[in-house]
Amino acid sequence: METTEKTPDLIGQSVDRLDVHEKVTGAAVFTDDLQFGRKLLHARIKRSPHPHALIKSIDISRALALPGVKAIVTGEDFPEHIGLYLKDKHIFARERVRFVGEPVAGVAAITEELAEQAVELIDVEYQLLEPVFDPEFGASPEAPLIHPDLENYEVPNFIFPQAGTNIANHFKIRKGDTERTWERCAAIVERKFHIPHIQHVPIEPHVAIAKVEQTGKVTLWAASQSPFAQRNLIAKTLGISQSDMRVIAPLVGGGFGCKAGVTMEAMPVAIATKVPGYPVKLRLTREEEFYTNFVRQGLVIKIKVGCDADGKLLAMENTMYWDGGASTEYGVNITRAGGYSSTGPYDIPNVKTDSLCVYTNHPIGGAYRGFGMSELHTAVDQCMDELAETIGMDKVAFHKLNCVRGGDILVTGMTLHPVGLEECIDKVAKAIDWGQKPPASAPNKRRGKGIALAWKAPAMPPNAGSSAWIELNEDGTATLGIGGQEIGQGTFTAVAQIAAATLGVPYESIRIAGPLDTQYSPYEWQTVASRLTWSMGNAVRAAASDTRRQILETVADAWDEDVANLDIVNGVVISYKSEEEQPLKEMVIYGLPNEDFTEWTGGPIVGRGMFMPTYVTGLDAETGQGDRAVVHYTVGAQAFDIEIDIETGKIEILKGVAAFDVGKAINPELVKAQIEGGFVQGLSSAVFEEIQLKEGVMQNPSFVDYRIATSADTPREIESIIVEVPQDDGPWGARGVGEHPMIPAVAALANAIYDAVGVRMEGPPFSAEKIYLAMLDAGIVS
Amino acid sequence: MAYHNIIFTLNGEAEAVVVPSHMTLLQMLREEMVMTGTKNGCAAGECGACTVLLNGEPVNSCLVLAVECDGQELVTVEGLAHDSQLDPLQQALVEAGGVQCGFCTPGVLISARALLDRNPHPTEADVRAALVGNLCRCTGYVRIVDGVLAAAERA
Repeated sequence: METTEKTPDLIGQSVDRLDVHEKVTGAAVFTDDLQFGRKLLHARIKRSPHPHALIKSIDISRALALPGVKAIVTGEDFPEHIGLYLKDKHIFARERVRFVGEPVAGVAAITEELAEQAVELIDVEYQLLEPVFDPEFGASPEAPLIHPDLENYEVPNFIFPQAGTNIANHFKIRKGDTERTWERCAAIVERKFHIPHIQHVPIEPHVAIAKVEQTGKVTLWAASQSPFAQRNLIAKTLGISQSDMRVIAPLVGGGFGCKAGVTMEAMPVAIATKVPGYPVKLRLTREEEFYTNFVRQGLVIKIKVGCDADGKLLAMENTMYWDGGASTEYGVNITRAGGYSSTGPYDIPNVKTDSLCVYTNHPIGGAYRGFGMSELHTAVDQCMDELAETIGMDKVAFHKLNCVRGGDILVTGMTLHPVGLEECIDKVAKAIDWGQKPPASAPNKRRGKGIALAWKAPAMPPNAGSSAWIELNEDGTATLGIGGQEIGQGTFTAVAQIAAATLGVPYESIRIAGPLDTQYSPYEWQTVASRLTWSMGNAVRAAASDTRRQILETVADAWDEDVANLDIVNGVVISYKSEEEQPLKEMVIYGLPNEDFTEWTGGPIVGRGMFMPTYVTGLDAETGQGDRAVVHYTVGAQAFDIEIDIETGKIEILKGVAAFDVGKAINPELVKAQIEGGFVQGLSSAVFEEIQLKEGVMQNPSFVDYRIATSADTPREIESIIVEVPQDDGPWGARGVGEHPMIPAVAALANAIYDAVGVRMEGPPFSAEKIYLAMLDAGIVS
Repeated sequence: MAYHNIIFTLNGEAEAVVVPSHMTLLQMLREEMVMTGTKNGCAAGECGACTVLLNGEPVNSCLVLAVECDGQELVTVEGLAHDSQLDPLQQALVEAGGVQCGFCTPGVLISARALLDRNPHPTEADVRAALVGNLCRCTGYVRIVDGVLAAAERA
């Protein structure tokens, strides 16, 4: 917007988090903390033990006879489909199960133990079908069909399912001519990688409580990144009006995408329809959390990339087989994002991409922090590292030669806005002392450095909107209504800063109207895609401007002055002309009297604002080309300095560095906290994490067997660097960064491992064992 | 099902509760007493979100039976602040920016309190070791460790 005006002091100030005192004292309310009294019913779910089977019969009679069981539902009760993009899912399986853990029936009972017992008493007869576990095979004509009705599913016009196959979306890029370019390449790298499934692992498991009134009105309390999307999708599926459904969403104990869209939340609602008046609660166990809800889908990716003798990139072919799992309702858009960003942040004139979203009989792939991008960059940035070496160039010089810059025509034909990727590379290289390699600390250690880049655009419908309102209180404070969720990223704090700075009140004067409640919170599409600071930030800024206008007009009217002479500073309206002052207190509710108290002006102030991007265009189905594929890209770079013990294969991280171009950091310390947290989540995925699937069954669904990084595993030193090249339509130039810090981690670490010991692996996690065996294979150790 | 009358001290106050034999300390705190500051992240002793002090020692309250607390002394996150003053650890965690979603925070604070009570001047390695049973998915631990070290310095 008006990027030329002076930036208020509060924008760019690292104030304390708005929610921090309640969080350190135990007062913060999460969904599981809500109290529902003695009539609360507990739900448990009967789940499929088979990856692929027909349901021949379900007998609930023994379970229903158990005293204390209040309701049992199955797929028979809920015939409609549900799904965010591709409507291919049922709340409970109908006719067929497609993954181990798929809900088949739901029970509500007076205690959780009874509900669990009832689940055991439900008898389901299955006829086994041949399963599909490999997405590459799944995409072939030989594979058994997992969704024979694919062609009948409702789908938006930017998703391209292939009827009669397991391909739920085929996104293509055909730019230039790769075939004719290979002969001009001085070096070509061709690689295939397997990226395993991983899990989001929020420390707060999913929990949802639903209650249906005798009138048919529905209330859902849920740990949710998407109260509005859940209201919309669940209401449609149940055949009720959106406004007859209310979603209340308290603070979220970690989301990372797994609490976006609709997953388990629909089940307690469905069960509650059978027991009006009773609240029904479903809380996933940690084991259920690991594989019955969204996971990050696996990926098989083949890349061929070439450059000329000077190192300039000429062509890339990229084929991605995404292991979408049993439903791709959300996953189809992940594969689309992987497609339109398939080059990574590199300027490549000739590109051929096939991004295939493939149904398998694995857990359902959903949004996970920067969806598609960590997986994609893991492959692309290792190939770039190898290509630079093959052509004999310094890797940083190679990255700087080829990285995207403002004005570049991107892979989709979109012209890139100004970005500071080169600055990010320079700063990361400097911070990691690129080009210098001090000796290892011991004879059995090898030292290495690696760098990788990242880019990501918000992946969402073209017209995902935000709105906000502000009402003033008697004490001069302002209550800010928003629909975006606080999931730990600090969005309540950032938008409070934006509101305070725009309105002219202290940061401490902003109250967030919470918990989010679709009955009064203003509409927000979803808390996903690193879009809130930018999109909701714009809506909040507009609402604060509207509020400010109303206040100033009231005072101008009362004082008979021109609005242009008035300002609000620190919660007081001042006139630069008459030098009069009027605190916001009271006047924002009661208005102002004229001089002889014969008339009043003004009244309770309520401001409103909204933002919706209007300029995103469609892409051609055959070429993936269009004017503007996305709203913007956030870019960055990351590097590691490591040592590897060649006797054990164990990695020690000496230092990590990351730089991201956030446009404008509204709260720099919160941005750095996102960079650090994402860095470690990425590192954790690089060295520890894998959902081990055997015949569709997860082998390691606990924290003991699925390790995530602990306090003992994280590097001593992580340097976070903020670069600020403003976004033309962001608040004071801001764009999002919540997801991005995770994206380059795996590739940066893989490149450092290669630098240290000269081995590359087919995919993460880079466990000590895997590194040791790779060194053994390569003859580095014996 | 057998029930038991138990008495114990919770955050300095005497309490008397009737609990069934199989009820865990975590269930008693959250469901019977509606002290919901202590969180349930796995119910298997693996994530540390439910950590409380039992006679000054940090324990996973999901692995302790409520009846075991008869006659004992308990401290939860709600008991750290006194007279509206944050515990120095809470204050230091706020200032270090060691809180994001906040779900692991109560357990982290309790484990750190136990550490500082037995070792007022820990090294960074001591802090990392003391928090190894408290999983955090948001922060990467950097600012949590900084916060605990800062609190120790001030004491």
